[in-house]
Amino acid sequence: MNLNKLRTVRIIISNIILFLTTLLFVELSGNYTVSFSDYVLFPQFIPSLLSFLHNPAFIASGFIIILVLTVLFGRIYCSFVCPLGIMMDLILFVRKKYYKFSTRKKFRFTFIKSYNLIRYSILSATFLLLFTGVSTLIVLLDPYSVFGRLITNFIRPVFIGINNLLVAFLEMLGSYSVSPHILYLPDFWVLSIPFVFLIIILFFTLKNGRLYCNTICPVGALLGLISNFQIFKISIDDINCAACGVCETQCKAGCIDSGNKSIDLTRCVACYDCLDSCPTEAISINTKQPVKVLKSNLKTKVKGRRSFLISAGLLTGTAIKTIYGQGDTIKVYKDSTIPEKRTSPISPPGSISIEHFISNCTACTLCVSVCPTGVLQPSFIEYGIEGLLMPHMSNKIGFCNFECTICGDVCPNDAILPLKNENKKITQIGKVKFIKENCVVYTQKTDCGACAEHCPTKAVKMELDAELNLRVPIITEELCVGCGACEHACPTKPFKSIYVDGNPVHQIAEKPKDEKLEIIEEEDFPF
Amino acid sequence: MKRREFIIKSVTAGATVGLTTLPLFNIIGASKKSTTSVKYDLVAIRGGEPDVMFNRAIQSLGGLSNFVKPNQTVVIKPNIGWDVVPERAANTNPILIKEIVKQCYGAGAKEVFVFDHTCDEWSRCYSNSGIKSAAESAGATVVPGNYEKYYQKVDIPKGINMKDAKVHELILDSDVFINVPILKHHGGAQLSLGMKNLMGVVWDRQYWHRNNLHQCIADFVTWRKPHLTVIDGYLSLKRNGPRGVSTDDVITMKTQIISADIVAADAAAAKFFGEEPEKIGHIKIAGAMKSGVINLDKLSIDRIKL
Repeated sequence: MNLNKLRTVRIIISNIILFLTTLLFVELSGNYTVSFSDYVLFPQFIPSLLSFLHNPAFIASGFIIILVLTVLFGRIYCSFVCPLGIMMDLILFVRKKYYKFSTRKKFRFTFIKSYNLIRYSILSATFLLLFTGVSTLIVLLDPYSVFGRLITNFIRPVFIGINNLLVAFLEMLGSYSVSPHILYLPDFWVLSIPFVFLIIILFFTLKNGRLYCNTICPVGALLGLISNFQIFKISIDDINCAACGVCETQCKAGCIDSGNKSIDLTRCVACYDCLDSCPTEAISINTKQPVKVLKSNLKTKVKGRRSFLISAGLLTGTAIKTIYGQGDTIKVYKDSTIPEKRTSPISPPGSISIEHFISNCTACTLCVSVCPTGVLQPSFIEYGIEGLLMPHMSNKIGFCNFECTICGDVCPNDAILPLKNENKKITQIGKVKFIKENCVVYTQKTDCGACAEHCPTKAVKMELDAELNLRVPIITEELCVGCGACEHACPTKPFKSIYVDGNPVHQIAEKPKDEKLEIIEEEDFPF
Repeated sequence: MKRREFIIKSVTAGATVGLTTLPLFNIIGASKKSTTSVKYDLVAIRGGEPDVMFNRAIQSLGGLSNFVKPNQTVVIKPNIGWDVVPERAANTNPILIKEIVKQCYGAGAKEVFVFDHTCDEWSRCYSNSGIKSAAESAGATVVPGNYEKYYQKVDIPKGINMKDAKVHELILDSDVFINVPILKHHGGAQLSLGMKNLMGVVWDRQYWHRNNLHQCIADFVTWRKPHLTVIDGYLSLKRNGPRGVSTDDVITMKTQIISADIVAADAAAAKFFGEEPEKIGHIKIAGAMKSGVINLDKLSIDRIKL
C-alpha cells in the first residue's frame, strides 16, 4: 500500500466522524439524528467501555475494536475517531493556514519531552477511581464527553443563534417556514467547567499541538501505553534518513526526535503527517523493531499546576448554590409560603437508579442537546460531587413528554437505557407531592386545575371539595410517573404547590384504570 | 409594536410574499356584524362527519363567505394542546380543520394561518394531532405558538382580574379570527369550550390560573371575540380532561355548534355535555358581563339532524 495515502484516508474518515458527531449535538430540525446516533458513537472509547461493563453486547464492543486497532497500528483512535482530537487538528489546520498567510513561512512543531508523571498519574487515578465506582475523573476527562460539553455549551448556541436570526429574517418576509429555538443557558457553575476546558485545550493546542492528548487525556495515556506494543510501527529508517528534520516540524504530537531518529510511540497519535512529509521516504510502517526507540526516560518535571487549577476550581464551585428569580407583576395573587422539600434529584427515565446513572454517565450532554422539551439539563452538584455535570430533570424549564424516549435512544453509555414506549409510560422516576397551603384553590378560593390538566396519568385529579365547593387536586402517588408536568404548570410562586421528588431507585407506576364509558345514544338537542 | 410596524413597511414596500395589508383598525374591539342578513344566531348540528356537518351548518349562517371576504387573511385557532392522537379527543378534529381551511380559500382568503400555544412540546402536538398535515394539505400556513417573541402586549380595559395580556401576533394581524375548540371536560375550568380555548392565544397562562381562572377567561373575551366559533363535538372527552388518559374517556357524539357569539356557542356546548351553562363559572360570568347570550331561549337556533 502506498503509505502516502494513509494521511488522506485519516483526514477523510476523521472529518466524517467529526461532522456526524457534531451533527448529533447541533441538529435542530427535530431529532432526525436519533436513528443513527448508535452507529456514529459506536467507536467512542469510554462510552463504549462503560456500556460494555454494564451489558456486554456487540453494540457496546466499539472499545474492543479500538484496542485491537491500537495493538496493530497504535493510537488510531486519537486521530481517526476522537472528536476532541479531530477538533484540535482542525484548530491546528486553521492556525497553520493563518501562520502561512501572515508570515509566509511554514509552521513548525518541535520535539518536546513527555510529562509522564502527570500523564500516568492522571491515568491511574482515573481508572482506579472508575473501578472503585467513582467516575468523577472519567466524567471530567473522557475526551468524547469533553467534546460533547464544548459543543452543547458553546457551538450549539451559535447554531441556535443563526437559526433564530434566520427566523427573524424570514418573518420580515412574512414567512413562518423556520421555527425558532429557545436557548436554555445553564447556570454559571455548570458553564464554568467546560469553559475552563475550552481555555486549557486552546492553550495546549496552540502551544504544542496534541500536548493535551499526551499530558491530560487518560484515554490518550492508556492507548499510548498499549501502543508501545503495537505490531505495525512507524519508524525512521536510519539508512535512508537524511536527518533533515522535516518530519519533526510536522509532528503535532511532538514525538519525533529527528536528531536521534526516533519516535516516541506512546505519544504518536497516528496522524501520518510525517509519512507525507519525508523527502527521502525514510519513514515507514513495518513490524521491525525501529532503529532506536526513545524510551521515555527523560527526566520529567512535574507540572501539577494545571491539574491543581482544575481541582481548585471544582472545590470552590461546590460551595455555591444557584438561586433563581421570577419576575411578572402580581396583582391579585399572593405569594406561596412553604418551600418544596426535595430529598432527591430526578434522573431521566431509563437510568434505573441514581446509582446506576452516575456510575455510567460521563456527562457528554448529548441527551441534553436532543431533549425536545428542555427538561433534561446539566446539573452542577445536585447529584453530589460524583455526579458533577450529569443531566437531571429540571421541571422549572420543562417536563418530560409522556410519549418521548429519545434520551435513552441516544445515550452512548447505557447510563440511560433505551425504553420501549409502553415501559416508559409506567417508569416512575419520582413521586408527586402536594403542598395544600400553597395551592391557589385553597388560598384564593378559586378554580385552577393547571396540575391535573397536564397530568398524563391522572395521578393528580381534580375532585369536588364539598366545603369549598371547588375542585381541589387529589394525588395518587402510585399512578405518578414523575414527569413533572404538574410542577411545571403549577402557577404558584415562589414555591410550587405541587412538585416531583425524585426516586433514588426508579419504580414501576400503576397503570391508570378507568371503566370504558357507556355510550348513550342521543338524537335530540338539549336546547 | 415596532416589529409589526416594520413588517407593515416591508409589506407596503412590496418585499413580501405573506402577511399583507393589515387592517389594524377593525380588529380591536368586537367583531363586525355581518352585512348579509342571516336568520340564525347559532347552528347546532348532529349526526354527520366533522367536515360534512360544517359544510351543512355554515350554510345556515350564509356560508363562510359571509365571514371571510376575498383577499383577507384568516387565523384559525384549534385546540392542539396535547401530544395525543385524534381518537383521544384532546385536540380538535383534524378533518374539521382541513375543511375550514379549504372553505376559507374557497371564499377567497389570501392566506390562512393555524396555530396554538400548546401545553405539551409543540412540534409533537402539531404532528401527532394530525392537524399540521391536515391544515397544510389544504394550503394553510401552520405557525408555532410556543415562543414569546410572537406575543405582543394588549390592554384589556374591561377586564376585572386581567387588565392586559400578551397575545399572538397572528390574532392581532389577521382580518378574520376563527376559533375551533373541541368540546371536552376540564378539571380546572369544568369544561373546555370556545372561551377556554382562547387561553391558547396568550403567552402567560399561569397568570390566569393564579388570579381566578373563570374570571380571567371571561375577562379575555371582553377584549376580543372571534368572528366565528366552531365547537367540534364529534368526539368528546367526557372525563379526565383536558388531556384524558385513554380512549376509554372518549365518547362519539357527532355534534357541532357554530356561532358568531362565543358565549352562546359555549352555552349550547355545555348543554350537549349535560351541564347547565349557569353552573360553569366562566360562562356565567361572561353572560353577566354581557359578552354574549347564555339564555339559549333568546336566540334563533337552527337545529339540524343529518
